[in-house]
Amino acid sequence: MAAPAIELVGIDKSFGAVHANRNIALTVEKGTIHGIVGENGAGKSTLMSILYGFYHPDAGEIRIDGRSVQMRSPQDAIAAGIGMVHQHFMLVEPFTVLENVMLGSEGGALLRQGIRNARATLEAIARDFGLFVDPDAVVGSLPVGLQQRVEILKALYRGAETLILDEPTGVLTPAEADQLFDVLRQLRAQGKTVVLITHKLREIMAVTNRVSVMRRGEMVATMPTAEAAPERLAELMVGRRVLLRAEKETVVPGRPLLGARDLALEDERGVTLLSGITFEVRAGEIVGIAGVAGNGQSELMEVIAGMRPATGGALFLDGREIDLTGGCDAAAMRRIGLAHVPEDRHRTGLVMPFEECDNAILGYHRDPRYGSGWLMDRRAVEAKANQEIAQYDIRPPDCRLPAANFSGGNQQKIVLGRELERDPAVLVVGQPTRGVDIGAIEFIHRRLLDMRAAGKAILLVSVELDEIRALSDRILVMCGGRIVGERTPAASETELGLLMAGADRAAA
Amino acid sequence: MEAVLPVLDSAVRLSVPLILAALAGLFSERSGIFDIGLEGKMLIAAFAAGAVAGVTASAWLGLAAAVVASVAFALVHGYASITQRGNQIVSGVAINFLASGLTAFLGQAWFSQGGRTPPVPAGGRFAEIELPGAEALRGVPLVGPVYAELISGHNLLVYLAVLAVPLSAWILYRTRFGLRLRAVGENPAAVDTAGISVAWLRYRAVMIAGIFCGFAGAYLAIAQSAGFIRDMTAGKGFIALAALIFAKWRPWPVLGACFLFGLLDAISIRLQGARLPIVGEVPVQAIQALPYLLTVVLLAGFIGRAVPPRAGGVPYVKEH
Repeated sequence: MAAPAIELVGIDKSFGAVHANRNIALTVEKGTIHGIVGENGAGKSTLMSILYGFYHPDAGEIRIDGRSVQMRSPQDAIAAGIGMVHQHFMLVEPFTVLENVMLGSEGGALLRQGIRNARATLEAIARDFGLFVDPDAVVGSLPVGLQQRVEILKALYRGAETLILDEPTGVLTPAEADQLFDVLRQLRAQGKTVVLITHKLREIMAVTNRVSVMRRGEMVATMPTAEAAPERLAELMVGRRVLLRAEKETVVPGRPLLGARDLALEDERGVTLLSGITFEVRAGEIVGIAGVAGNGQSELMEVIAGMRPATGGALFLDGREIDLTGGCDAAAMRRIGLAHVPEDRHRTGLVMPFEECDNAILGYHRDPRYGSGWLMDRRAVEAKANQEIAQYDIRPPDCRLPAANFSGGNQQKIVLGRELERDPAVLVVGQPTRGVDIGAIEFIHRRLLDMRAAGKAILLVSVELDEIRALSDRILVMCGGRIVGERTPAASETELGLLMAGADRAAA
Repeated sequence: MEAVLPVLDSAVRLSVPLILAALAGLFSERSGIFDIGLEGKMLIAAFAAGAVAGVTASAWLGLAAAVVASVAFALVHGYASITQRGNQIVSGVAINFLASGLTAFLGQAWFSQGGRTPPVPAGGRFAEIELPGAEALRGVPLVGPVYAELISGHNLLVYLAVLAVPLSAWILYRTRFGLRLRAVGENPAAVDTAGISVAWLRYRAVMIAGIFCGFAGAYLAIAQSAGFIRDMTAGKGFIALAALIFAKWRPWPVLGACFLFGLLDAISIRLQGARLPIVGEVPVQAIQALPYLLTVVLLAGFIGRAVPPRAGGVPYVKEH
């Protein structure tokens, strides 16, 4: 048998007090797709950064094709035939595809000859692997799926035999993800080795030969994918049994609490962002909004939350008509019973350098419970924060720690705690589990379903189709700033995916 | 023709330090290091050139001293903003204050002439060069005077500054170094993962900026004038910065923008004391403010959106 493509032995790495990788052993066989799963912070990315020469391990050995290799810099990794497709693309957007591919291996101090060679090599790669991209297109103008393809081309151009992909599908539509998997299978068929890092178990099951699970810096299991089951993998990742699908109680929807009629939005240049948005959400109902990111979902949430004035249409809250075109006032919306969990907790949900307790009352700081006049009652604020920390199991349980020091899941719980504990009638929730661990996802889903059982009306916006389908009573699909269809959660992923891509319309 | 040529000729002379300083800024900022210390680097270079050429009577030693002083200042800026990941604006401001104070102090301490350097003797200056055939062609209509007055009869540094533009364009767009330089100003992480040192690239860019500012300073002290006087850069570093933005960080437009600012300056000099119809005599101060006013107007509305290199001003830190 041939030597394994990659062999890691006893890899150990600490960042200060954080032990990111603990005595890791990993063997990746040649010509296979090897999945690595784990929660955020389990150490997957650190391990791959070590393999790619970005970090130096404190201890341990890296063997490529059976030979021990010192990885001092990415240059060493490239020379050893390892290519990496990062989660955040390492592309220079104003450059052409060709310039991006060449960067770092230009083949001489002058570009002329290198450009000629790169063009020929790209053509050969396109032929061999079915990876076509216009070499003269400006990368910034390409859709995300093609940008990712450029990253793969970069690696292949440098002669990569092993390709590491870090959370490659986070930014892709379901159709683009399927295309990516086809490319990966094609690479495998041509004898390349692929390491796929993800937290989506479905992808592991779909495309990998073997799968390794990491938890808290340790490699806890490796098995052939054929012998793995999603429930088993989730349990290994979290360290306890996890319900992948939240149990949904039967709730009879009540009266409509949130409604929109012909909502429209144009930006300053007159570009239509939203048009003809009409829907209603009843008490005890979760309505999910599915769509590829950037099709108006964010704008819709901003309009409903009062962060941005609409240019037309009306909003109804508990039967009262609210004129959104005149002006907008997020504080007023909150006062009349609308809670908003923003999509981007870093930008709009939290003030990262502020302490947890300040974030826990953000926007509600004028409440007489937290102080009188212009003086704040720190003790009341901290008491409130500690109460939520206990209730939402926010870790570490220290309300004086800056929000930035919490993990993604715990940050999300801080926002949820703040918004849900006001007992709002209507809840608008954006990407509630983006960048959140499986264990916390389970908890957050549970809380949302509890709110539903308590008779709240919930509008859920998410790019995760699984999440939309698991929680929603009805699904609205958005594309190009319009609602293009309504489906039940029983609708197939293909059907929703086609709607999301605007398949019923000419627009691409 | 007779009225226009001298103004154009003086515009060329006035735009030279702007071109050199703007190209300095171009290399630095294209690599992601904002440089508002152009002014300071030019000033210390002018002082070094004036002092050395004044003492040794050698223009070349003056130029060498200017480049060394300016590169030293550039390295201070580089150390602060690349290695120490400090704030590039603060570092640039510090460079400007340091240069202003240091030149005045050293000038007084060494030469005791109120911050001036001693007058530079003839050999210590870059002399004007008569291009071949200038006199012979003078009689030819249009071409003759343009060649003899406008193109011929400048000092070496003027020609070098003009040649530096195509050279910069060639380096930026045709060489490996240029490709990497442009890349590191847009997305240093992409450069890092390609196995190229971000810091070394940026240090080289900053040093190139130092060399260009050295030439600009030497031009001021020992080509255009014959000695250093206090604060003789008089905001040219900032005008160059404005020209750089106006040119959207591209070499050929830098030439155009700098010539435009040079022309404004030349016109304002020409207009001093002149009587204009209707307004009458315009106060000197109002005319001197003209280039600066136009800078504000141009930058505010006439160039569209100038998008700086995306990673500009942001120290590069590897992510976990």
